[in-house]
Amino acid sequence: MNSIINLGLWQIAAAYIFVIILLFIVKIKGIPREKEILISSIRMTLQLILTGYILLYIFDNSHPLYTILIIVIMEVFAIYNVFKRVKLDLSMNIKKIIALSMASGTILSVLYFILVVINLSPWYEPRYFIPLTGMLIGNSMTGISLGVSRLVDGIHKEKHLIESALMLGATPKMATKEIVDKAFDSAILPTINSMVGMGIVFLPGMMTGQILSGASPITAIEYQIAIMLGILGSVSLTSAIFVQLGYKTFFNEDSQLILEEESN
Amino acid sequence: MFFLKDVKYKSILDIKNLHIMKNKITCIVGESGSGKTTLLKLLNKMLSPDEGKIFYNGRSIRDMNSIELRRKVVMLSQVPLIFSGSIRDNLLMGLKFSEKPLVSDTILYNILEIVNLHKDLEETADKLSGGEKQRLSLGRILLIDPDVYLLDEPSSSLDEDTEEVIIEKLVSHTKSANKTLVMVTHSKRIAKTFADNIIEIKQGKIVI
Ligand SMILES: Nc1ncnc2c1ncn2[C@@H]1O[C@H](COP(=O)(O)OP(=O)(O)O)[C@@H](O)[C@H]1O
Ligand SMILES: [Mg+2]
Repeated sequence: MNSIINLGLWQIAAAYIFVIILLFIVKIKGIPREKEILISSIRMTLQLILTGYILLYIFDNSHPLYTILIIVIMEVFAIYNVFKRVKLDLSMNIKKIIALSMASGTILSVLYFILVVINLSPWYEPRYFIPLTGMLIGNSMTGISLGVSRLVDGIHKEKHLIESALMLGATPKMATKEIVDKAFDSAILPTINSMVGMGIVFLPGMMTGQILSGASPITAIEYQIAIMLGILGSVSLTSAIFVQLGYKTFFNEDSQLILEEESN
Repeated sequence: MFFLKDVKYKSILDIKNLHIMKNKITCIVGESGSGKTTLLKLLNKMLSPDEGKIFYNGRSIRDMNSIELRRKVVMLSQVPLIFSGSIRDNLLMGLKFSEKPLVSDTILYNILEIVNLHKDLEETADKLSGGEKQRLSLGRILLIDPDVYLLDEPSSSLDEDTEEVIIEKLVSHTKSANKTLVMVTHSKRIAKTFADNIIEIKQGKIVI
């Protein structure tokens, strides 16, 4: 049963042949990507080694403060990542809303997941808490990025429609309803789609990892189903909070549409 | 009905004193870029002045809720706004936005009659011509039945004959219903024929 193959240094080194093959291909094709490929391979390696040792330390010295610290770091990274991914100018107010929805949405879902679904004890047990939270945060980050892009873009593009609706007596909420709904929809769509292909088109990374490290496929599947539903919940909650609060940043207290580029 | 005192908006508008009479037809004329649209938007709080005060029925609009004000003082934008859906959907949209009760098809056909749009309510609104869209959006605000109509060039994409007919009907409708009409128009002829008062704006200032 215990036939887990621990990869040796040389075995891992052998896997880098794929990087060399890729470098070779882009070189021949004249695609100027060598630098990025090298940097991302090195970053991936160093980041994972670092994470591995940090996790090793935390697993051996489990303490709620460590767990909380890691969660905070993950949240901060995820929030900055959202700002970076959205290729639009974001106002300070909307950035605050993004941070607020990410933090509250993911933490609420994680707590529910940890305390009710898997009933973990102690609750901060890092071996469970950290990877599960990481997955919820990561997926929520992807979802909310799409939602933010869609909302901000939609409001700028439909400026005239929104203004005309306001002139007819619409509240900001009515005037932006369609855009807000579409933003929410585009935020949750990838998660819904990924559930459809689950287990057939691809084996999710977490499940693959568990199976490779010796868990029974059934255990792996149980966790995968639970985590998928957790992800769905977290993405929905985060995006719902975001769109509910986000559209309001485009209006002042007199229900006037305020867009940044009013300098023409 | 409206009184503006020392109103300034950016460097676009500068108005010392302006009265707009209740139950009258007021036309605003002036070159393009002179500030006509901006003036209308100040009246329904789509914009707020940087300085000065605007009174509506004796109350400063600064102290009024924007949404409530806009439901009494409805503005038709220069570019007609058409939603996806049928002509009926588009007419009813105004009532939904201003949270008024929806009405029967008979009333909707009456409205289409007023704006000279002889179409079926089921028809897709997107397919209408520019002029027809403009008449549809005019019908939509007539249906809301506000106290004040702010119309921004309501006939700009109509030909002269249709324009005359529509404005004529619009004016008689608002007169008989005791409404206040403020209309931006590019046509001095329209202004002379129908207006009780004409306001001319030049580079943000009232000249008459
Ligand atoms: N949001 C805005 N910000 C700054 N300037 C504007 C804005 N909207 C319009 N303007 C400028 O204000 C002036 C008056 O515009 P407008 O009221 O639309 O004129 P009109 O309706 O008489 O053609 C124009 O010079 C226009 O370029
Ligand atoms: Mg104008």
